[in-house]
Amino acid sequence: MSVEPGGEVGGEITKIASEHAAQNGADAAAPSNHVGQAMRRKEDPRLITGRARYVDDITLPGTLWMAFVRSPEANAKIVSIDTSAAQEHPGVHAVFTGPDLTDLAGPLPMAWVPPGIEVNNPEHWPLAREHVRHVGDPVAVVLGVDRYGVVDAAEDVVVEYDALPAVTDPEAALEGPPYVHEQLGTNKVHEWSLPNDRLQAGFDEAEVVIERRVVNHRTAGAPIEPRGVLADYRAGSLTVWSSTQVPHFVRLFLAILLGMSEERVRVIAPEVGGGFGAKLQMTGEEVLAAWCSRKLGQPVKWIETRSENMAVNHQGRDQIAYCRMGAKRDGTITAFHVKIIADLGAYNMLLTPTIPALGAFVMSGVYKIPAVHTDVVGVFTNKCPTDAIRGAGRPEATHMIEVCIDQLAAELDMDLLELRRKNFVPSDAFPAEMATGVIYDSGDYDKSLDKLLEHVDLDAFRREQTELRQQGVYRGIGFSTYTEICGLAPTRVVGPEGFGNQAGFWESALVRVHNTGAVTAYTGASPHGQGHETAFAQIVADKLGVDPSVVEVVHGDTGTGPEGRNTYGSRSLAVGGESLARCAKKVADKARAIVAHQLEAAPEDIELRDGKFSVRGSPDRGMTLAEVAGAAYLNQVPEGMEPGLEETSFWEPENFVFPFGAHACVVDVDAETGKVKVVRYVAVDDCGKAINPMLIEGQVHGGVVHAIGQALYERVHYDESGQLITGTFVDYALPTAAELPSFELDRTETPSPVNSLGVKGVGEAGTIAASAAVTNAVIDAVRPLGVSYMNMPLTPMRVWEAISEAQGRKEGVSA
Amino acid sequence: MIPAEFDYLAPDSLQEAIQALADGGEDAKLLAGGHSLLPLMKLRLATPALLVDLRKVPGLHGIERENGSWRIGAMTTHSELEHSEQLGVVARAAGTIADPQVRNRGTIGGSLAHGDPASDLPAVMLITEGSVTLQGPGGQRVVAANELFQDYMETAIEPTEVLTEVRFPVLEGWGFGYQKFNRRSEDWAMVAVCAVIQQTGDICEDVRVGLTHMGSVPLRATAVEEALRGQSLNAENIAKAAQEAAQGTSPPADLNASEEYKRHLARVLSRRALEEAAGLS
Ligand SMILES: Cc1cc2nc3c(=O)[nH]c(=O)nc-3n(C[C@H](O)[C@H](O)[C@H](O)COP(=O)(O)OP(=O)(O)OC[C@H]3O[C@@H](n4cnc5c(N)ncnc54)[C@H](O)[C@@H]3O)c2cc1C
Repeated sequence: MSVEPGGEVGGEITKIASEHAAQNGADAAAPSNHVGQAMRRKEDPRLITGRARYVDDITLPGTLWMAFVRSPEANAKIVSIDTSAAQEHPGVHAVFTGPDLTDLAGPLPMAWVPPGIEVNNPEHWPLAREHVRHVGDPVAVVLGVDRYGVVDAAEDVVVEYDALPAVTDPEAALEGPPYVHEQLGTNKVHEWSLPNDRLQAGFDEAEVVIERRVVNHRTAGAPIEPRGVLADYRAGSLTVWSSTQVPHFVRLFLAILLGMSEERVRVIAPEVGGGFGAKLQMTGEEVLAAWCSRKLGQPVKWIETRSENMAVNHQGRDQIAYCRMGAKRDGTITAFHVKIIADLGAYNMLLTPTIPALGAFVMSGVYKIPAVHTDVVGVFTNKCPTDAIRGAGRPEATHMIEVCIDQLAAELDMDLLELRRKNFVPSDAFPAEMATGVIYDSGDYDKSLDKLLEHVDLDAFRREQTELRQQGVYRGIGFSTYTEICGLAPTRVVGPEGFGNQAGFWESALVRVHNTGAVTAYTGASPHGQGHETAFAQIVADKLGVDPSVVEVVHGDTGTGPEGRNTYGSRSLAVGGESLARCAKKVADKARAIVAHQLEAAPEDIELRDGKFSVRGSPDRGMTLAEVAGAAYLNQVPEGMEPGLEETSFWEPENFVFPFGAHACVVDVDAETGKVKVVRYVAVDDCGKAINPMLIEGQVHGGVVHAIGQALYERVHYDESGQLITGTFVDYALPTAAELPSFELDRTETPSPVNSLGVKGVGEAGTIAASAAVTNAVIDAVRPLGVSYMNMPLTPMRVWEAISEAQGRKEGVSA
Repeated sequence: MIPAEFDYLAPDSLQEAIQALADGGEDAKLLAGGHSLLPLMKLRLATPALLVDLRKVPGLHGIERENGSWRIGAMTTHSELEHSEQLGVVARAAGTIADPQVRNRGTIGGSLAHGDPASDLPAVMLITEGSVTLQGPGGQRVVAANELFQDYMETAIEPTEVLTEVRFPVLEGWGFGYQKFNRRSEDWAMVAVCAVIQQTGDICEDVRVGLTHMGSVPLRATAVEEALRGQSLNAENIAKAAQEAAQGTSPPADLNASEEYKRHLARVLSRRALEEAAGLS
């Protein structure tokens, strides 16, 4: 029997509300078992039917289009800029250059101030002042009524450059002039270390030491939707729609740079078509659109072209690492030292110099290495700046470790997996304090490798490999047993007093139950393709006993929910999802109190069962969330309790989370041409408790493709004069479905103790794991031809050259 | 990514199209499938003032067999060629062009008129010893494939001429092979080799080998042909002949393929294409 909520007066409204709820299914008692289900994505119908709203779909009356004049030079002084012809173009309202931006409060932000470390951080303005430092560096903007017209007009801006020699090789750049920023007298950005005083002892103990120069070349994020911004300044307030991962950061910085009070700035990330880190940024384009809108009193829109995206959206990786790994003859690894030279491009963007340092925290991989030491040197070059791209420092770290492990196994003539197992952090050691100073939350590395080997019969593979070689087919297998550090938080470690990022790393949530029992859940996370609306709805639904279909997850708008910390570093679920779970629990607690009050029971005796808050032991005495909401909004709440059914939470965890897993890749190498074909890819990942296994698979698929892309196909390349050679999708070769096998995925579930959901992140895991597996597989395939090591990208020519060289060596020896 | 301003015309007849080209002068360009021209315009590497679209012009479409020859309308798409297996090596090569979207729009006429040495069909036209028919203000002329391609993206077609059809002999009884090497299946050829062989028993009566992207124009590997003609078609002879594939070529190098690598590829792919054509693989 359920209590009829609503008294005399409110009865009618409540009745209407509950009828409405019945029609929409909001009042339905739903069993609380949505978490763990492979529920279809709530986002997909609008995406699949083309009804989603991206920045470019939003139009405001009177909008002016913004087009850029960008530098064709890699390094040059600006001698003069003549904008007169462009100003004359029909429909052009204004042309601005660097010196016009005098009222900006400061240059573009760089948010990393590591205690005790000096970081060279020359001013970086949205439009170049006097000097351009990479191809694509913006020099002027043209604003006008027509999207095409402003591009035509931009071509008529005449810029005279005094071209200077470009700096493109980061190692040469460290040696001195020319300098990217002349006034610094150096190209060095910073030196940072995660030191270990046992390093020397570790190498002293070692009986074998391998050294490799591991190159992790530059890649692009290449989101399918390039960036875009629409800024509307009117009546003293600014609204900005931006294709960004970090609307909350963008609001803060826009307010600061434009000298506006923060409450007057609203930033909305509408549908965002992929980010991959490339939209974790405070861009000059956003600042300019807002500044121009204020200046001209009209909305201003800029939609990035693919060519612009390839040239100026920040890029990733680009590290040369000198790796030394020491071990005893029995395979016990005693020390690992990595010295990274990171090519950061021409400027520091939001997090540029932190990225190579991030990898240091997992430089131990899944191994109990007693001494792990990472040194980072950042270098300016005349290239597009680098910053976070999916994995941000951890793919590089995993690549170094996992490639070195294979190299070490070869050196020791030891089985690849035996060497790994010998050094695994044992499953009973968690939480495990590592030589890097971080504490791995949970893990079971043998279990994931065992699971992988259920899919991959290694002995059978080796037999097949031998047979195939006799037929001239070079098949290889490569493994990567990885962990990574994600769920970025806690502030104590990542923030100003720890690693030095100038922010707090909590996440916010607001859960609002409406009159009808429908729920709106606000999160400070800002998804851009991952599926938060589904996973977060599943979490909230279970806490409140409703169906996920009546839980709307709202995100990416600084004007609606609480202050948020956005989406990056695989943190959304582990920080934002948990925050939302806790918030929903607060709402459920209040619901319990209301139900107890209504049913004259003790709150402790109210349990959520089959979608009803019911009295323990008498399941027929209970209320659905809709009924509770009815009572809450009729102020039929216990004495002293506020009416309404809504809560806000801010939460941050005590530690990071450390997903892990074991991947295997099988490739065939055409020894005559060097072409590599991935024939099998098997991934066993553990991201703790699965909220939605289908979303996990989607993330792993994309992540693995991202890394296969880097290993075999993708590469941003600048020639010696600093010209970008890979500016289109013809030259920047993203892999397509035709190049890839069907992935075989499996999981283990080792809950994280760091949050109540037991979850870890999975958005970057595939990318972090896979490049080493592919590289190791290719090397394994061509070892009989005399090749023992190669760096990515393993393009056909590179593999062919390595084989030819090895064969030449052989012939040289035998001759 | 945003082209410069241009005018657009879609005439109903060939005469009107030719007239429009003549009136438009240097700045007028024909538009077929647009899959070579539009990308260039978007990058502003081409800035024609007028596009004359051939899509409404009648009679430019279709595949017919006529007196031992194939006659293919200029506006016939790669996809139609791909699905006309009877065209042998032409169908095979067309099926390797880019992806289905490109093949559904791109045309044989556009591909030959564009004269990109990395495109698949030009070298194939060389080994089928075909020809193109050109219609201009002064009438019609026929140009043999080996005279069509003059330099990098330069053909014998005058700015006021329309390529209306392609003809090539039916190679009845010839075996063929096509080996295209690229990084991704949708990419242009780093190098491609096409081969046709006419054989009696295991003797090579005649052989033609074409090279894609080994120079500024598509090439015939005549040294390979000479080395194999009259020989017995075994693996050893084919391998030996294929060694000649790079002779006299000056392949354009890029980031992913040096000249040396391309020469190597030409030899490997020639061997494979010949083995395929001879039925040995
Ligand atoms: C992503 C991508 C990948 C590609 N990969 C390949 C590949 O692997 N192999 C390959 O061969 N091609 C490839 N192409 C090119 C594609 O095949 C083009 O379709 C073809 O080269 C041109 O045909 P079109 O009909 O699109 O010509 P258009 O682009 O319309 O025209 C090309 C040129 O030819 C002229 N022209 C067109 N028709 C005529 C005519 N009838 N008479 C006179 N002049 C004419 C035009 O004025 C223009 O100068 C690719 C294209 C893209 C976009």
